[in-house]
Amino acid sequence: MNFVLLRCCTTPIVLKQYEWSTNAVMEKLGIGLLDVPELGCCGYPLRNINFKAHVLATARNLALSEKENLDLLTICNCCYGTMKYVDNLMKDDASIRNDVNTTLAKEGLRYEGDITARHILQVLYEDIGIEAIREKVVRTFDGLKIATHYGCHILRPSEVTQFDNPHSPTKFDELVDLWGINNELSLDLTENKLKDAKQSGADYLCVACSYCQIQFDIVQKILLSQRGIEAKLPSILYPQLLGLSLGIDGETLGLAENRVSTSEIEWFLLQKAAS
Amino acid sequence: MFFTITLYVSLAIFGLGLIYKVSTWFRYTVGVEARDVPPSQRVLAFVKGLTLTLFSPRILTLLKVFVLDVLLQIKVLQQDSLKWAMHMCMYYGFTLLLLMHGLDKIVTAALFPNYYPTVNPFLFLRNLFGILIIVGIGIALYRRFILRVARLRTSPMDLYAIIILAIIMISGFLLEGTKITSYSKFQDMVEEYTIQADEEELRTLEAYWVAKYGVVSPEVKGPFDAETLAAGQEAHEISCIECHSRPQWGFTGYTLAKITKPAALLLDRAHASSLLWYLHFLACFMGLAYLPFSKMFHIFTTPLSLLANSVMEKGKSEPANIATRQLLELDACMHCGTCSVQCRVGVVFEAMHNANILPSEKIPSVKALVAGKKLNGEEIRDIQEGLHLCTNCFRCTVVCPAGINLQELWFNVRETLLEKGEPEFLVLSPLSLYRGLMKQSLGQTYYPDPINLALKAIYPAGIPLEMQDRTIPLVPSANGWSSTLHTSVQAKTFSKCFSCVTCTNACPVVRNYPNPIEFVGMLPHQIMHAAGMGLWDLIFSSKMLWDCLGCYQCQEHCPQSVRVADVLYELKNMAITQARKKLVKQIEK
Repeated sequence: MNFVLLRCCTTPIVLKQYEWSTNAVMEKLGIGLLDVPELGCCGYPLRNINFKAHVLATARNLALSEKENLDLLTICNCCYGTMKYVDNLMKDDASIRNDVNTTLAKEGLRYEGDITARHILQVLYEDIGIEAIREKVVRTFDGLKIATHYGCHILRPSEVTQFDNPHSPTKFDELVDLWGINNELSLDLTENKLKDAKQSGADYLCVACSYCQIQFDIVQKILLSQRGIEAKLPSILYPQLLGLSLGIDGETLGLAENRVSTSEIEWFLLQKAAS
Repeated sequence: MFFTITLYVSLAIFGLGLIYKVSTWFRYTVGVEARDVPPSQRVLAFVKGLTLTLFSPRILTLLKVFVLDVLLQIKVLQQDSLKWAMHMCMYYGFTLLLLMHGLDKIVTAALFPNYYPTVNPFLFLRNLFGILIIVGIGIALYRRFILRVARLRTSPMDLYAIIILAIIMISGFLLEGTKITSYSKFQDMVEEYTIQADEEELRTLEAYWVAKYGVVSPEVKGPFDAETLAAGQEAHEISCIECHSRPQWGFTGYTLAKITKPAALLLDRAHASSLLWYLHFLACFMGLAYLPFSKMFHIFTTPLSLLANSVMEKGKSEPANIATRQLLELDACMHCGTCSVQCRVGVVFEAMHNANILPSEKIPSVKALVAGKKLNGEEIRDIQEGLHLCTNCFRCTVVCPAGINLQELWFNVRETLLEKGEPEFLVLSPLSLYRGLMKQSLGQTYYPDPINLALKAIYPAGIPLEMQDRTIPLVPSANGWSSTLHTSVQAKTFSKCFSCVTCTNACPVVRNYPNPIEFVGMLPHQIMHAAGMGLWDLIFSSKMLWDCLGCYQCQEHCPQSVRVADVLYELKNMAITQARKKLVKQIEK
């Protein structure tokens, strides 16, 4: 199984470990990832400014992926939601499709709608399947309390994203159960979510979205220093967690790159193996 | 005499231009931080930094970068082999031609005492280097005008560079071609170099040169018998052979000589080779004099930028030197367009038609800003919008073959413009993520100022909703405007809203505040209702639009299938478009 990998614009700056761990885990699971250097911004931030620019940027990525005759794999919810939204639009609305394709033709591209966008969780859950992953697991996390954070655009709007029940989703939890920007508002929201998870008894948070990880990792780090919050709740990216379980070492998965340290998870595994 | 005067004049202009350009690296500033460092301090820091680097192990890094990135240009090869071939042809063709031919009296004559431009290997090499440049120019024209790489833009500067180089090359080759056929040149040489030769000897020599050296004589024409040629060869070996290899070795000039042969006598009588000689050296001197101000200046600045960046790092190097380096980097850009071709948001240019979105086009704008050039309001708006339409993904910096830290440059110029009080709406979008991550370095108290300024520019009355008179007019302020909500197919659904407040109750932003109306203005359901009534003044005065996270909780929960989040997105588009129009009008006044 092969995909074109759409790297999120944020990953090269602040989340290199997301790329590293995704590469390592997908290789282990026998999924081929193709890098298309021409891929660009997913279009998500542009939607606030100019609808046309947003649709064009998104559709261009779909067209580049279609050229390779492969589905487009995203590792960020915002990328995923945007891709799905425009994918639907291009498939349903002939006038937008023609308009966009006329512009794309300038660089020899066009989107016919023969492929679609996929989220990494979707590929793991639907294409590979929990059982197939379980067979490859060499280490488990029994006893570690990890809360899942789905994020927004993998679930909503559900008629577009088509991944899970938007009101009480379970698929990400099942994947974790395998083993048993920054202004006052963003600080508030992050703080509340962290409190919720902590109150539910979680020791770690697991996410599969660049923007979520930026909030729970980088913004949490700021929270810890600025708002004097003592109890930290480290956030780990799903491919990092899965990678550890598949026997990939923490260095390859970039665990040390996480701002709020997650190295205890690896230590926990090593200790478990020793006992 | 004329040659010497023009040479010295162009050398003087070149020298003064060089001094002027280098001085700008120390005089001008990019960014807020660099502003407080006086030029004198920057010169001192530069001398100190240079000395320390040259006498440290970092000299090895410099050597490595010089070989790999400057001499071999590995970075370009990895990106695009055709572009690499183009640049290597021009780079080595030009450099070697300049050293061996342009500076022959200084360089080649000193190294090879027997140097003469018409003997081998110099004759052949001159043609080889020349043809390399021609091939390079050919590939450049092919890439820019036939291949039409998307978003590779050609500026007048690029054209000037290609044209001046083409004139120098073509005039040079034609000069060689006409000299080969020229009868008067032949006669001049005969007069100067054949001593004690009789008429018969001169006749056979001429026959030999017509037959073997391509000279076109008005009287002596072939075919010649073997006897004449043998006698001519004898005379040739006595007087000419030492300084003249067979012209076929100058393959380009010789080909041109063959082509122009029918017109050779005419050209000779019109003193074509003299005219071409003037054209050739004047074009060279013009190129030299204008070099510091043209794209060709990058033959000095790009290697310097590559070397400087290999041993400098923000946070570790002296800030004064970082400031100087940024100015050098502006001159190091050769407008190759790699950044614009690979830019992650480059395609947006096709929708918004602002050239400043493309990194390579931002550079001339930033240069103008830095030099304090007078720009009109619309130009400044375009530059600012272009600078902010960037996801800060670092790709331009990674791919730049000149090693320019473009990302840092954009950030610095963006903040300088924001600090000047130019409102920029894009700071309200997720594109400001990078700015948020840099909050600490910007200063906590200053950080929200540009955000508030942008909001103020968007609010129709210049003030947020909470401070306004809450009396709502009974008549819609803009009847029928709601039908303009059409760019997003789903947006029109807001008319189905019956204000059940489900969206507001589901909103995490609303939930975050004890008294949300104070903070966000109108709540999501109120915005939907106001949209139905056409009260756009009210909607655009709400901070809610900009606090919306786009998480789609509202839309997912709506019992009426109103695309609440999609409508909010579209309202944001409209607010920005209207505010931009208003701003440009204000500036024009």
